Amino acid sequence: MSKPLLQVRNLTTKFGNGPGAVTAVNNVSFDVDAGETLAIVGESGSGKSVTALSILQLVPDPPGRITGGEIVFDGIDLTKLNEDEMRAIRGNRIAMIFQEPMTSLNPSLTIGLQIGEPINLHKRLPWQKAYDKAKELLDRVRMPDARSRLANHPHQFSGGMRQRIMIAMALACQPKLIIADEPTTALDVTVQAQILELLKELTRETGSALILITHDLGVVARYADRVCVMYGGKIIETASALDLYAKPLHPYTRGLMASIPRLDQPAGLRLVPIKGQPPNLAQLPPGCSFNPRCGEVAERCRRDVPELMKADDKHMHACWMAPHV
Amino acid sequence: MSEVLTREEPRSAVKSNVILDVQDLKIHFPIYGGLFQREVAAVKAVDGVSFQLYEGETLGLVGESGCGKSTTGLAVLRMLPVTSGKIVFEGVDITNYDQKQMRPIRRRIQMVYQDPFGSLDPRMTVADIVGEPLEIHKLHGNRAERRERVMELLEMVGLRHDMIDRYPHQFSGGQRQRIGIARALAVEPRLLICDEPVSALDVSIQAQVVNLFQELQDKLGISSIFVAHDLAVVRHVSNRIAVMYLGTIVEISSRDELYANPKHPYTKALMASIPVPNPIVEAGRAHHIIKGEVPSAQRPPPGCRFHPRCPQAMPICKEKVPELRPEGKGMVACHLFS
Repeated sequence: MSKPLLQVRNLTTKFGNGPGAVTAVNNVSFDVDAGETLAIVGESGSGKSVTALSILQLVPDPPGRITGGEIVFDGIDLTKLNEDEMRAIRGNRIAMIFQEPMTSLNPSLTIGLQIGEPINLHKRLPWQKAYDKAKELLDRVRMPDARSRLANHPHQFSGGMRQRIMIAMALACQPKLIIADEPTTALDVTVQAQILELLKELTRETGSALILITHDLGVVARYADRVCVMYGGKIIETASALDLYAKPLHPYTRGLMASIPRLDQPAGLRLVPIKGQPPNLAQLPPGCSFNPRCGEVAERCRRDVPELMKADDKHMHACWMAPHV
Repeated sequence: MSEVLTREEPRSAVKSNVILDVQDLKIHFPIYGGLFQREVAAVKAVDGVSFQLYEGETLGLVGESGCGKSTTGLAVLRMLPVTSGKIVFEGVDITNYDQKQMRPIRRRIQMVYQDPFGSLDPRMTVADIVGEPLEIHKLHGNRAERRERVMELLEMVGLRHDMIDRYPHQFSGGQRQRIGIARALAVEPRLLICDEPVSALDVSIQAQVVNLFQELQDKLGISSIFVAHDLAVVRHVSNRIAVMYLGTIVEISSRDELYANPKHPYTKALMASIPVPNPIVEAGRAHHIIKGEVPSAQRPPPGCRFHPRCPQAMPICKEKVPELRPEGKGMVACHLFS
């Protein structure tokens, strides 16, 4: 087998100093293969967005910093690069799509300039050519009337159209990896479906790998090849999408699945919520951080922190009580 | 999808008397412009909405942003000026009531808001927040009695007695939403208007609050309007569901009928847009994704408002506004059925 495109190993990202320090990402490891879609699922505070920011070295410092681990992309450890070297990678070989397209576009520049900029910068194409390329990209994200819209500013577009612009920018330099952080959470359902469908189609066409960060298990089922489930800053289960939904092993994953209202089940069924509240990262319980909410908790769960263990070749979980080899 | 929607769970009985009757409700927000700041146009947020709500019933209002679902909810409480139409609550026409006349009505109709962070006063304790409506409506006269009642309410929504003297910042989102619900229930309203009450919450917490709503409906027999954009959530709490698009109701039907047999192309599109959390089901599901976005409510398309996005649009749809008429077990506003 060829080497994965991205290897994250024991990544730890902390915020703050001293006793008040919070470990937002705690010893996280995963791989992304070329061309695949990996979903990172979790609730707010689970560390999924900080993981994405860490890969791109965009964690605001201070207060945040990566305190350990490696992020190997295409053979290079990103944690060892300086800011200039990182800039040559961001937007070029790894692109990012954010949740809120309005705050991530510059309101005072035309979108032609904003889409053309990475092409001009990274590919060293003269502006005229970069501008033509921007028009092509807008066509590809199905923006009607692309040529004349290049001269428009972000406020002249709807939320869905802005997200299309973000996707055009992300695709500009044919990145090998795109990280999309809740790309459709701010959009209406029918537009959400359009944007995700577009992302899937374009990543398939260009062969880019995609890390899709979301809290929506429905979106994961429709679009992901593989899934990492995060809780309290750690990956607690990872498997192919098919395996994860067919036999979720971690009690948290099972709890999540039972607590979502879904259209493919009888309406009369009561939802089974997970009791209690998501953990406070500053005061994680000893042992497994899910133990106060877990229905299958044992003595050991309150004492020892479980790390990812293998259930079979492709399916891993961090639970003392689940079957493992 | 057919075999799954057959079970009917035991629910608090929906009675046959109408508690709320909304007739041809219109709410237009004027836009001023020009030299003399004259009214030049209007945003037609709600444009001819009619529905009836029975006692003990929960009606879900679903649709995308800008469809007028929240505006409809606020209008029932008379928190917005009504352009035309009628709102009849418990047999009394309250459309033209002034603020003073509305006061006793607001004891009977209460509201639960979307944002549990913005809707609670950070400087008040839970005892004050939940007890305030009792004080305003002069129920449970003295302080000790009020405190007693607040304890009772906290228990009802699943909060502990010792939380009574805490401040909102000491609670998580789900707990705050429970406080908001306790406050709404304090004055024993007959009608509850819930505006996206679970959409700000994390999935594992959402289920807790959805279940709480179901329990309260069963226990108190309260009528409610449940406004949400999430069809899957609405399905869990509603007896009947109205689907709204650009200020109008396009389809209204019993829950089971709507999900088993959606009629309006927009209802179908909305359902197809929601991914099901099962990769095998998803792989076999046709993804009919509708084009375009919701147009501006200032200049809605002529004829059927959905026609520019509708995969089944016919010439008549561009010209004639379809009326909401009975079709099967529900009502639908679409020329395909006329």
